[in-house]
Amino acid sequence: MKARAFDYRSVASVPEALAAHAGCAGEARYLAGGQSLLPALNLRLDAPDLLIDIGRIEALRGIAREGRTLRIGALTRHAETLRSALVAEHAPMLTQAAAFMAHPAIRNLGTMGGSLSLSDPAAELPACMRALGAAFEITGHGGTRIVAADDFFLDLFENAIAPGELLCAIRVPLPEPGTRMRFEEIARRRGDYALVGLGAKLVLAGGTIVSARLGFCSVGPTPMRAPAAEAALTGRPLDAQAIAAARAALGDDLFPDEDDSLSAAARMHLARVLLGRVLAALSDAGAPAAIEGAAA
Amino acid sequence: MSAAADSPGRGRYIGHPLPRPGARRLLAGRGRYTDDVLLPRTLHAAFLRSPYAHARLGAADVSEAAAMPGVHRVLTGRDFVPICTPWVGTLSHFKGMRSAPQMPLPTEKVVWAGQPVVMVIAETRAEAEDALEAIGIEFEELEPVVDLDAARAPGAPRIDADAPDNVLFRTRIESGSTADAFAGAESVAVDLRFGRHTAVTMEPRAVLADFDPGEGRLTVYQSTQTPYQFQDLYARHFGLPEARVRVIAPDVGGSFGMKLHLYHEDMAVVGASLLLKRPVKFTADRLEAFASDIHARDHRVRARLALAPDGGLRAIEVDDVTGVGPFSAYPRTSAVEGNQVVRLIGAPYRLTDYRADLTVVAQNKVQMSQYRAVGHPIACAVTERLVDLAAQRLGLDPFEIRRRNYVTDAMYPHTTPSGYRFEKLSLGTCLSKLHDLMDYPALRAEQAALRGRGIHRGIGIATYVEITNPTPAFYGVGGAHISAQDGCVLKLTPAGEVQCAISVTEQGQGTEAIVGQIVAEGLGVDRDCVRVHTGDTETTPSGGATWACRGAGIGGETALQASRKLRTRILEIAAAILQAEAKSLDIRDGAVTDPDGTPRMTLRDVANLAYYRSDLLPPDVSPALTVAHHFAPRGYPFAFTNGIHGSLVEVDVETGLVTILRHWVVEDCGRIINPLLVDEQIRGGVVQGLGAAFFEECRYGETGQLLNGSMADYLVPMACEMPDIVIAHVETPTGDTELGAKGCGEAGTAAASGAALNAVNDALHPLGASLSQLPMTPERVLRALNVI
Amino acid sequence: MIEPRPIAVTVNGATVRRFVEPRVSLADFLRGDLGLTGTHLGCEVGVCGACIVNLDDRPVHACLMLAVQVDGMRVDTVEGLSDSGALAELQAAFHARNALQCGFCTPGILVVAQDFLEACRAAGRVPSREAIRDALSGNYCRCTGYEAIVDAIEGVARTRHGRDRREDAA
Repeated sequence: MKARAFDYRSVASVPEALAAHAGCAGEARYLAGGQSLLPALNLRLDAPDLLIDIGRIEALRGIAREGRTLRIGALTRHAETLRSALVAEHAPMLTQAAAFMAHPAIRNLGTMGGSLSLSDPAAELPACMRALGAAFEITGHGGTRIVAADDFFLDLFENAIAPGELLCAIRVPLPEPGTRMRFEEIARRRGDYALVGLGAKLVLAGGTIVSARLGFCSVGPTPMRAPAAEAALTGRPLDAQAIAAARAALGDDLFPDEDDSLSAAARMHLARVLLGRVLAALSDAGAPAAIEGAAA
Repeated sequence: MSAAADSPGRGRYIGHPLPRPGARRLLAGRGRYTDDVLLPRTLHAAFLRSPYAHARLGAADVSEAAAMPGVHRVLTGRDFVPICTPWVGTLSHFKGMRSAPQMPLPTEKVVWAGQPVVMVIAETRAEAEDALEAIGIEFEELEPVVDLDAARAPGAPRIDADAPDNVLFRTRIESGSTADAFAGAESVAVDLRFGRHTAVTMEPRAVLADFDPGEGRLTVYQSTQTPYQFQDLYARHFGLPEARVRVIAPDVGGSFGMKLHLYHEDMAVVGASLLLKRPVKFTADRLEAFASDIHARDHRVRARLALAPDGGLRAIEVDDVTGVGPFSAYPRTSAVEGNQVVRLIGAPYRLTDYRADLTVVAQNKVQMSQYRAVGHPIACAVTERLVDLAAQRLGLDPFEIRRRNYVTDAMYPHTTPSGYRFEKLSLGTCLSKLHDLMDYPALRAEQAALRGRGIHRGIGIATYVEITNPTPAFYGVGGAHISAQDGCVLKLTPAGEVQCAISVTEQGQGTEAIVGQIVAEGLGVDRDCVRVHTGDTETTPSGGATWACRGAGIGGETALQASRKLRTRILEIAAAILQAEAKSLDIRDGAVTDPDGTPRMTLRDVANLAYYRSDLLPPDVSPALTVAHHFAPRGYPFAFTNGIHGSLVEVDVETGLVTILRHWVVEDCGRIINPLLVDEQIRGGVVQGLGAAFFEECRYGETGQLLNGSMADYLVPMACEMPDIVIAHVETPTGDTELGAKGCGEAGTAAASGAALNAVNDALHPLGASLSQLPMTPERVLRALNVI
Repeated sequence: MIEPRPIAVTVNGATVRRFVEPRVSLADFLRGDLGLTGTHLGCEVGVCGACIVNLDDRPVHACLMLAVQVDGMRVDTVEGLSDSGALAELQAAFHARNALQCGFCTPGILVVAQDFLEACRAAGRVPSREAIRDALSGNYCRCTGYEAIVDAIEGVARTRHGRDRREDAA
């Protein structure tokens, strides 16, 4: 199990990375943490002509609060996400999700930008980004554009990044007062890809849910929002009736495929169970597990 | 209890929990596994593998590949025909068994997806893999035989065109009259399915063959349990003198039975070294391991149990169908597992009537053969599920029904209806001990209390008997060149230290450690001055090596008897020097002593004399301080161990996930040589059994493709999902040897899955649900609960 | 033909300079070019944990790094960590508890355990058995059943914690 031959170039800046990509006559790939790319290379499932190592670009690092936004550099390792006080304060869903992401040694190298650029629908971060209403800074020769997470994930491993473009940072809106958020998943073993995972962000005002965003992983070709379930929650108190309504509505949102390890019916069932558990944890009744988003 | 109390010798080492001397080297990263061995001019092999489960081979165009950078040779099936004879995986004591002849690479057909077809030999593994991509080969797809039942259906496509059907072996065991027993009797029945699973050793298979044409000498470094067996195979099938074939098993990164079968790649690598006259190495990568390592289990067992009018267990009928891959494995066959299933079912119980049918069926999947606890987990789960169902029918507690129906202490020696002979078991003692160890009444009370709160816990127990210390009845009588005896060469070095070369082998279980303890004990020397050497056919005597739980029982006895022999020699020389009677002398703490322990001379003095001043010895006293000894078990055909497992689980009835809370084992492997190592054999075995119960399954698609053949997709138990395991011991030494030890390596695996199956079903019982298929996945639990 | 690249890596405290093909993994570089065969390959896709080494003091899978990527960085393998004595306490505990059988997974587990215990120590806590099991969630062991490994790591954690407290008190 050895990779096909490829050329390699380490770059120090985003313009240099873009230029290297543009200058490659064949297929080029950006190499960040490499925790998904290298397995694909070793298995010969992918065989680029050139790897452009962006791992030393300082501009892609760092987590900072910028106004009403938490800006997370694309090269932020999962281990950094897990330990970041800023993330824990402003986007605790990501702290929770990072703990589910693979294993410690993978988290030491895997990056947020890499995971999102891969757009694996079974991964935690893409689902969280939809639930959080995040946006992505994507840089190409024409400059930098901002793409909302809801517009980013197009299909299985397909997203809005055009060839040669680079995902440079993730912008997560700071939670408004009354925000509660949580990520949980159901997996066979610790660190495995989830059978189903859910990031949920609710905003409550005066005991009523005024906004609900649900991002599921492992239930479709992309990370999935659940508009019917979200609608079923909005405008109601977060109580058993609301949870039941959301669970019932989920059937209009998700259409998981059959696969050889889990039937569509089982996956749908697990999504409902998980939704119920996450909402229960976020409700006052389940308050010990709920994390209140910090007011700005 | 102390194993040392009535041990041979003084119990200074035997029975003590001593750490393994060899482990320090592994902890420092200084292990030397086959892939670590570096020989000058080594070439690396890679194989093009069949993408189809069943296909006719067309023309192969290898010219482009042969011209690629670094490539030395591209070999196909025909290249091996002149140098290698075919092998057939049958044994004569399995009457009527047949299997298609095998060669290193196929010439006409491929019979499983992943079968090696073309071999590239290059400077590096990467270059060999590059060349594989340039090979053009045509396959004409044939209809694959995948499902167990479809393989037996009339008109099913035949895997072996020369055979009338896909059945490789059939047998029936009958004792008493089950027809009479079932007539009008109350009975319970099961239809249990056991998924295919595989060993997933951390170190994949690896082989490095080095043929030296100057001497006509072949040296093979191989990750295996059984170097002597491979020495025989390579010599016979390549027409080499056996004495010029040397097989070395360096450190082995796990084997569990998987590395004692002959693989096509092994023969291709040896053949390639003969052809190229250079060292050739092949290390399976993880995908190749899943596609070509033997798989195990894959049984569908229908069985029923008849109750006597007094509520006792009376008779069992069994129909076991097992799918073993396209041919039978070599040289141990693929019939042994099924054979053990049908002979072990019901074994711990007093049955009067028994009938079992076994059908071994070919399929277009990778070969199935012996893996840890061969057949035992299946026999155990079938038996113990039947017994639990009978308990439910009779309104008895699972402990009580077993207590009432076990073979009792007064019945030994006991012969089971299937023909196994038990010297002495401790079934009732183990049962009582488990009851106490688990604090069973408290667990039941807790279970009931939690059930009221919607928490569904289950408690399951499962009894096992385990086949250990096999005589030639296992393989030798069937014509296999697999030894049931072991040999040991012991040398007192000139400095008075001890070197031991023995034919049992080490894969991390601690063979070398216990042999060292036994030799030190038997000789009366310090453990630290005994150096044990294993795994090299040229420097150790020929023997059976390590399989079927024979290392401690047979290898250990060999070492003990060898140490007695060397002791006699040392005392004979010492007596001559000291002008004393040999039998009036003893050896203690490395010195020859008087009976009262007064030191007379050190072993160093004895050795110095014998080696350097033999002129001082009387003419009729030999200076030899090297002894060789072989031991073959001659009593019972097998030394059976026994024990019982307890399992506590919690079923999340919403998700179908099962949390394993605790696991208990009470085991009786006879004399315990090193309780630290026995406990770790049990724990490791339990976890592999729990893997089978909840995680491990080779899933195949309709076309015979393995769907989850990677480490990310094939789930083995990990640290977070496994429980702490509580172990207790009962010691019933076998009287067949002085040492009294029996095997323990498979006891953990034998009953863990059966106990877990009973525990999950205990949890589900109040909900009206039950499971009859392993592994117990969330999907299967949810379906059993009718949630989906 | 792709040219090998020059790299300079500090491996176990010494700088080594080699030319490597870009496609060569750090694991193959350590094993093949440097003879550091204590780094084991069990899956080559970052699942089994047998190849874990320290890269700039953090455990990473050597099969999921390219040798060219680590140019200028510091790599410590089980051999180096063993020779320096960094693993001595863990090695002694693993030995006494027999927390290994075949030993193939052991180097990766030692590297992970050492890093985990350092983090626990920095936080001034003794990890629970669950936390230890979680730290090992990316390390396959097929022989032991994990319990002995957890015991050994727990034992070292307690010893170190006790020593730290005594030192604090002193």
